[in-house]
Amino acid sequence: MADILALVEHRQGTIRDITYELLTYGRKLTEKTGGKLTGVVLGHNTDRYTETLKKHAHRLVVVDHEVFKDFNAETYQVALVDIIKKENPFLTLIGNTAFGIDLCPALATKLDIPFTTDCIGVEIADTRVKLTRQLYDGKMDAHVRLSDSSSYMLTLRSGTCAAEEGSLAAEIQKIDAPVTNQPDYKKFIEYIEAAVGDVDITKADVLVGVGRGIKEQANLAMIEEFAKAMGGVVACSRPIVDANWLPKDRQVGSSGKTVKPKLYIAVGISGAFQHIAGMKSADTIIAINKDPNAPIFNEADYGIVDDLFKVVPALKNKIMEMKQ
Amino acid sequence: MELIVCIKRVPQTAEAEVKIDDSGKDIVKDRLTFDMNEADSYALEEAILLKEKFGGAITAVSLGTAEAEDTLRIALAKGADNAIRIKAEEFGELDGYKTAMIIKEAIKDLKFDAIFTGCMATDDSYYQVGPVLAETLGVPHATLVSKIELTDKKVHVNRELEGGLIEHLEMSLPAVFAVQTGINEPRYASLIAIRRAAAKEIKVLGKDDIASEPKLNSTLEELFVPPVGKRAEFLTGTADEVSARTAEIIKEKGLI
Repeated sequence: MADILALVEHRQGTIRDITYELLTYGRKLTEKTGGKLTGVVLGHNTDRYTETLKKHAHRLVVVDHEVFKDFNAETYQVALVDIIKKENPFLTLIGNTAFGIDLCPALATKLDIPFTTDCIGVEIADTRVKLTRQLYDGKMDAHVRLSDSSSYMLTLRSGTCAAEEGSLAAEIQKIDAPVTNQPDYKKFIEYIEAAVGDVDITKADVLVGVGRGIKEQANLAMIEEFAKAMGGVVACSRPIVDANWLPKDRQVGSSGKTVKPKLYIAVGISGAFQHIAGMKSADTIIAINKDPNAPIFNEADYGIVDDLFKVVPALKNKIMEMKQ
Repeated sequence: MELIVCIKRVPQTAEAEVKIDDSGKDIVKDRLTFDMNEADSYALEEAILLKEKFGGAITAVSLGTAEAEDTLRIALAKGADNAIRIKAEEFGELDGYKTAMIIKEAIKDLKFDAIFTGCMATDDSYYQVGPVLAETLGVPHATLVSKIELTDKKVHVNRELEGGLIEHLEMSLPAVFAVQTGINEPRYASLIAIRRAAAKEIKVLGKDDIASEPKLNSTLEELFVPPVGKRAEFLTGTADEVSARTAEIIKEKGLI
């Protein structure tokens, strides 16, 4: 009877989408193992959360205290160590998010249980757990086995499973907060909203997304001209922002903006999952990349495997001709 | 300030074709270039910036094979004062957890105010070394760090959350910071500094210097090419032909 624990993630008073993905995934695992799915809610004024979560788990363990209003790996770890020791679940699921990345490795180390991060698939066979992970910039997948134990922990990448409506009616168990103050050595202070720039890429019909493949900042001018010919706007992947070639508000992806343009042309973008997460809902995706195995071609509708420095100017000219 | 930076030498795969080798558990590496893991170069720069402001010394640590010494020399050339290589070849298979536990053994006698790591390595994508190291050393950590500001005895730390949101924390030292890319502008090492670093000593530690070999949390069973779901329709021909066809498609969609 392999019981599964899934950690509820919320931010600024709202349950995050990853939570429903984890609960759906956990529910499907328990259908195979015959165990129970327990959702763990650490938060403040948690009734607003538990009302919607009830359908999704067999049980909810709830710790309601002001100290859990905002995430802090230190306080969350204290509470979760107690809960996991008491519940002794076969598997604990946490999202591979800014929250889960900060929490899981230290928590599992403290509990001394096998864990791993950023999984995109989980298989349970008897007492063993086999996982699928992505390596080498998403260009390889790997099957990984966790060392034998009676309890395991992992973080699951968002998008691994689509959230589904549940039809359960969770029994709710409230427990007292084992910690009531943030420690002096690590305190959550506030959230800071992203700065608003001059261009809103979420409003554009046509986006030309540029990535590492353009090699030099000077080559951005070519992309700007191309976007202008298309009546579009230049967006980018993370490395371009890291290099300070474009401002953060042009970044498409999980740590940047989510866009849904009519047309997204990915130029020299290999297609890290964080980037894909931000643009996969575009109506039409055209990708230009010299690596035929670049993950971007699994999302694109049309692919061009060639040197972008040849294709982009040629395409710009064709479009200019067509407009005349 | 006493600062430690953890550095990994990794194959550069973002812009390269990657193939599985005969063992089925690794990639063919002979045609790939290797460099300091991207996030680690930002972690190193953050340590150098702190040293420039507050004084002190930086120790760069790498668990790697002999070639990792080249990467450590780059760190020395950029501003690290000491370097330690732990012989990866003596420890068999590694995961993020085991790596962190080995590094802990190697640095446990060093005094430190802050430890910097990259938030993840591009080869195995673990996100583990920083927070595991912090937990086993008994100090707080922050991951995905996008800003560090030291004032008096407090450190103001920003973490990068989803959707461009920032989490602002107040921490105290000692602590471990797993740094996100883009936090600063990593410097280049000058030729003179590289030449000088070539003569510096790198301390090399092996299995005998580690109290006990940490366990492995996960074992890699096989690598495989990611299954493709939907696949793009590939447009082929000369750049001119391909562009003509692409322009037509865009026109058909009513976007010209």
